[in-house]
Amino acid sequence: MAGHTRTQRTFSEYLIERLIQTTGILVILFLALIFLFLLREGGATFFEVSLRDLLQTRWYPNEEYFGILPLVLGSLLVTLGAAAISLPLGLLTAVFIAEVAPRWMREVLKPLIEVLAGIPSVVLGFLGMVVVSPLVREYLGAPTGLTALSGSLMLGYMALPTIVSVAEDALDAVPKSYRDAALALGATHWQTIWRMTVPAARSGILTAVMLGVGRAIGETMAVMMVTGNAARMPLTLNSLLMPVRTMTATIAAEMGEVAQGSTHYHVLFAIGLVLFLVTFIINLVAAWAIFRQGRRYGRLLS
Amino acid sequence: MREPKFLLENVSYIYEDGARALHDISLCIYPHKITAIFGPAGGGKSTLLRLLNRLNDLVPGRHLEGRVLLDGEDIYAPGVDVHALRRRVGMVFATPVPLPMSIRRNLTYGPELAGVRDRARLDELVERSLRAAALWDEVKDRLDEPASALSGGQQQRLCLARTLALEPEVILLDEPTSGLDPISTAKVEASLQELKRRYTIVIVPHSVQQAARVADHAVFMLQGELVEEGPGELLFTRPHDQRTEDYITGRFG
Ligand SMILES: Nc1ncnc2c1ncn2[C@@H]1O[C@H](COP(=O)(O)OP(=O)(O)O)[C@@H](O)[C@H]1O
Ligand SMILES: [Mg+2]
Repeated sequence: MAGHTRTQRTFSEYLIERLIQTTGILVILFLALIFLFLLREGGATFFEVSLRDLLQTRWYPNEEYFGILPLVLGSLLVTLGAAAISLPLGLLTAVFIAEVAPRWMREVLKPLIEVLAGIPSVVLGFLGMVVVSPLVREYLGAPTGLTALSGSLMLGYMALPTIVSVAEDALDAVPKSYRDAALALGATHWQTIWRMTVPAARSGILTAVMLGVGRAIGETMAVMMVTGNAARMPLTLNSLLMPVRTMTATIAAEMGEVAQGSTHYHVLFAIGLVLFLVTFIINLVAAWAIFRQGRRYGRLLS
Repeated sequence: MREPKFLLENVSYIYEDGARALHDISLCIYPHKITAIFGPAGGGKSTLLRLLNRLNDLVPGRHLEGRVLLDGEDIYAPGVDVHALRRRVGMVFATPVPLPMSIRRNLTYGPELAGVRDRARLDELVERSLRAAALWDEVKDRLDEPASALSGGQQQRLCLARTLALEPEVILLDEPTSGLDPISTAKVEASLQELKRRYTIVIVPHSVQQAARVADHAVFMLQGELVEEGPGELLFTRPHDQRTEDYITGRFG
C-alpha cells in the first residue's frame, strides 16, 4: 500500500518534470526557428542588394533605393531621445519611491507604476497624437507635431515604468549598512542617496535603463502614430523637430503591401534582423551587468 | 570622578513592531576610557549604540523614553543639529563599507561635508588618521586607488580612520572585528588603546574574551536590560550577578 502511493508520487513527479523540460525545450526551439526564419528571409538581401547600396541615405523602395541608414538613424535618434527623457525622470522617481516616500505611499506607488506598463501602445499612440503632438507644434515651433521629439516623448513615457520598477528594486537591494556608513559620517539624507546608495546600485540602474531602452527601440505602434514617418536623414539637432521614420515603423507600414519574395520584402526582413541584433546586444549587456552585480554582492557577503 | 561624557537616564526604546529593545537603562560613559557593552545577541547593544549618534532617526515608528545627555545636553532636544552630532560621535560598524570612492576621498568626505576645504589641512587629516588606525604604511603609496581594492582587515581600519578624520569626541564601535582575522583584530585593539587617550570609546566587542581584553568599564546587557556594570578587571573576575557569571563562564549565550 505504502509502496503503491510512493510509486504514484514518483510517477507524477516524473511527469511534471518531463512537462517542464519539454516546455523549456519547445520555447528555445521556437525562438531558434524565428531567428532562422528571419535569417533566411533577410539573408537573401545580401545577394540582391550590395552592402554599399544598403548603406545609402535614400530609402525609396519603389525606385529600388534601399538605403537603410535613415531608418537606423531614425530609430537611434528617437530611442536616444527617449532615454534622455526617461533616465533622469525614472531615476528620480525610483529614488523617491525607494528612499524618500513613507512606506504606505511606496506600497501604493509601486504597483501603480507597474500597471502603467500594461497600457496598450496604441492607446498611448492615440494620446500622443491628440495631446503631445499639438503641444510640440504649438510650443516648440515645429512645422508639424509629428516629429522625432514626439516619438521620444512617447517612448520615454513607455520606458518609464520599466526603469522605475527595476531601478527601485536595485536601490532597495542596497544593504542598510551602506546608508548607515554615510549617515554616520554626518552626511544628510540626500548626500547619502547621491554619494552612497545610487552609486552602490549603479549596475542595477544601468540594467533598468537597458531594459527600458530595449523596450523603446522595439516599440512600433505609438512611434508610427506620432513620428510622421518621413524617411530622411536626421543629422542635425534640428531633426528632433522634424518627422523621422524608424526601422519598426518601416516594417510595420510596408510589410503588408510588399510582394512576397521580392527584394523589398527581403530588405524589410534584413531590417528586422538589424533590429533583432541591436535588442539582443542591449539585453546581453544588461544581463552581463546583472551578473556582475550578483558577483559583487557575493564577494561582499563572503 | 570626572564628568561623564554620555549620561543615559531611564532610557527605554521600542521598535515599530512593539519589541522592547531597551528597558529603563541608566548609564554613565566616561571620557578617555573604553566602555565595553557585551552580552548575547538581541540584547539591545546595537540599539543602545545607535541611540548615541541618533542613527535610528530614519527607522519608522520607533519610540524613545528617557534622556540621552552628551556633555550635559540632551541630544534628542528639538533644534539639535543631527549631522553635527554624528561628526562629534563617530561610528564604526561590523561590516566595513568603504564609500565607492578612492581611499583618500573616503577619508576627506566627512571633513568636506563639515566644511573643511583647505587642501593642506585635508592632507594632514588623511595622514594623521591613517597613522592612528595603523594603516598608513600599507596604503600611503596608493591613496588614489579605489577603497574597495583593500582587504577586509584594511577596509575595517580604513573605516576607523574615516571616523577619526572627523575629529570626533566619541567613537562607537559595533563588533568592529567580527569579520577580521586575529592579526587584524590585534591591530585594531592596539589602536584603541592608543586612541582612548584622546577619545571616549564605546565598543560592543564580538566575544567575552575581547571584552575582557579591552574594557576599562564593562556593561553586561541581557534582553534589553542592563544587568551589571563595573570596572573591567572586577566584572570579569568577580561578577555580582549570577547571570553575568553564567555568561562569562560560557554557560549560556
Ligand atoms: N530596525 C529594527 N526594527 C525592529 N526591531 C529591531 C530592529 N533592530 C533591532 N531590533 C530588535 O531589537 C532587539 C535588540 O536588537 P539589537 O540592538 O540589534 O541587539 P544586539 O546588538 O545586542 O544583538 C532585538 O530583539 C531585535 O530583533
Ligand atoms: Mg548587534
